[in-house]
Amino acid sequence: MNFWEYLESRHQQLLTDAYQHASVVFQCMVVATAIGVLIGILTYRSEWAGSLATTVTATLLTVPALAMIGLLIPVVGLGVPPTVIALTLYGLLPVVRNAIVGLRGVDPALVDAATGIGMSRLSRLVRVELPLAWPPILTGIRVSTQMLMGIAAIAAFASGPGLGNLIFRGIASLGSKNALNQVLAGTLGIVVLALLFDAAYVLIGRLTISRGIRA
Amino acid sequence: MPEPETTEAGRTSVGAPIELEGLTKRYPGSDRPAVDNVSMEIGAGETVVFVGPSGCGKSTTLKMINRLIEPTGGRIRIGGEDVTDMDPVKLRRTIGYAIQASGLFPHMTVAQNVALVPKMLRWPSARVRDRVEEMLDLVGLDPGEFRDRYPRQLSGGQQQRVGVARALAADPPVLLMDEPFGAVDPITRDHLQDELIRLQRELHKTIVFVTHDFDEAIKIGDRIAVLREQSHIAQFDTPEAILTNPADDFVSGFVGAGAALKRLNLTRVGEVTITDYPTVGVDDPLDEISARLRSAGTDEVLVLDKQGRPYKWLRRGDIVRAQGSLARAGVLVHDTVTRDATLRDALEAVLTDNTGRVAVTGRRGAYEGVVDVETLMNSVHELLEADRLEARESQAGLEEQRAAQTHAEQEGAHPSDAGGEAQA
Repeated sequence: MNFWEYLESRHQQLLTDAYQHASVVFQCMVVATAIGVLIGILTYRSEWAGSLATTVTATLLTVPALAMIGLLIPVVGLGVPPTVIALTLYGLLPVVRNAIVGLRGVDPALVDAATGIGMSRLSRLVRVELPLAWPPILTGIRVSTQMLMGIAAIAAFASGPGLGNLIFRGIASLGSKNALNQVLAGTLGIVVLALLFDAAYVLIGRLTISRGIRA
Repeated sequence: MPEPETTEAGRTSVGAPIELEGLTKRYPGSDRPAVDNVSMEIGAGETVVFVGPSGCGKSTTLKMINRLIEPTGGRIRIGGEDVTDMDPVKLRRTIGYAIQASGLFPHMTVAQNVALVPKMLRWPSARVRDRVEEMLDLVGLDPGEFRDRYPRQLSGGQQQRVGVARALAADPPVLLMDEPFGAVDPITRDHLQDELIRLQRELHKTIVFVTHDFDEAIKIGDRIAVLREQSHIAQFDTPEAILTNPADDFVSGFVGAGAALKRLNLTRVGEVTITDYPTVGVDDPLDEISARLRSAGTDEVLVLDKQGRPYKWLRRGDIVRAQGSLARAGVLVHDTVTRDATLRDALEAVLTDNTGRVAVTGRRGAYEGVVDVETLMNSVHELLEADRLEARESQAGLEEQRAAQTHAEQEGAHPSDAGGEAQA
């Protein structure tokens, strides 16, 4: 059976895996973005808190994905929970770092102007600082998503969802007639998903970044 | 100075007086206060310019008025009301604020920027929309063309206009301007300054304006506060008084060279004596012109064209040489001035025309009289003398006030903080 025949015969399974893969990455990104931006907002004004947040999230990222999931299994069990927790933690760093950099990068004169014309702390954040910091934050989200696409494959190790299952199964049965096809299908699936997500981010950027600051 | 009252009936509110009393800013970890005990009264509808070297605390003083920087001591009163402990967010919505490089939010359109403060004050949206149009009109930008543009699609000067429109949108009685024209080219700056003067003639806001450019201060200010370090007031007076009688070396250093020349900018031709001069029409017969020359007792007559506009200067010798035709005789008039021109313009014209005088014209360029070098010089001397007298008087008043203040401080404050602050 060549690769195309394989794809044809298994497309139902492949689509389900791809959908689950995309779904888990998307959901984890939403959570990571919410937490990451919040951490950025809470820490960007203080030199040490900002460094602490960046360092902690950076350290998390150095933990090998396999080890992270392995460590989580005894605590939260198999399947979806360790996958979601691990992906969310990995997704934090680029978001947190870009949120802090973005918020700190807002021209102090504009912050001064916002305060000077009578904006409260909250409306200044929501109406001036976040919209201006949004392009770098979105870049962070984009980088995170690309990263999570690959890391999510390892979730199969904990019986998690996604295209990783194909890759793991293929590697486990190397030498059998479909092993290579499985690995190939899983990997290409991830690449295609990553490209689709990236295209979606370009669209989101078009829709959410003000024309006045778009590059 | 206009009365310190707001018109209830009219749509726009005029200025409110500002009183600063012993305003002080002390940053932690610094033994000298950044702003030390500034007291000043700014009248309603007055434009006061803070001018001083960088780092003298002029900007800090300005930002304490809308409490962008919280004072560590002293009181601020606006329109008689003590605002030192008021909610700063509410306070700032009643004070216009314009800063260098416009401070426009780049992600919002011109209209959104201008609408910010009225929206925060919860004006109904129809009124906000009208107000935006009105404001853009006021600063000389066509609403239809500029409303939906983003700041980066505007020139520096246009951005600055929008900045001023935003500051004025909620019709605040007080307008604070922190080096607003610092980032634009000299020609645009000149235009913006003229524009601000025009606006202020219409609006009568109380404006506090910070700059390090003394010429800008002279042009815009009703009164100028020259500040030295820690915002100590070196001199607080009219531009005329500061130019002619600087209080000390610091102020004269700041005024810079050519104070008398700068003074010429502050007086209009209409304010000095315009003398009559013998004139003849361009079509008058030659002997009539000769007769006129003889009877006038001058060496020269001014020839007017058919519309009564100055045309050329004709000397006695020119007629002799003319031999019947005036077509090529005499010197053409290069430059004339109106009554609204500054004395500097007049001097310029006198110096370029070699006749030693310049014709003053009225409507449609018609001749009204002449100003000559002597008149100019005499007027300037008189002006300077008067300025000096006035300045000396107000200086004496200031010293008296200062003496009384020092006296009060010695009586009252001394025992309590004889420790750390005594050295300062």
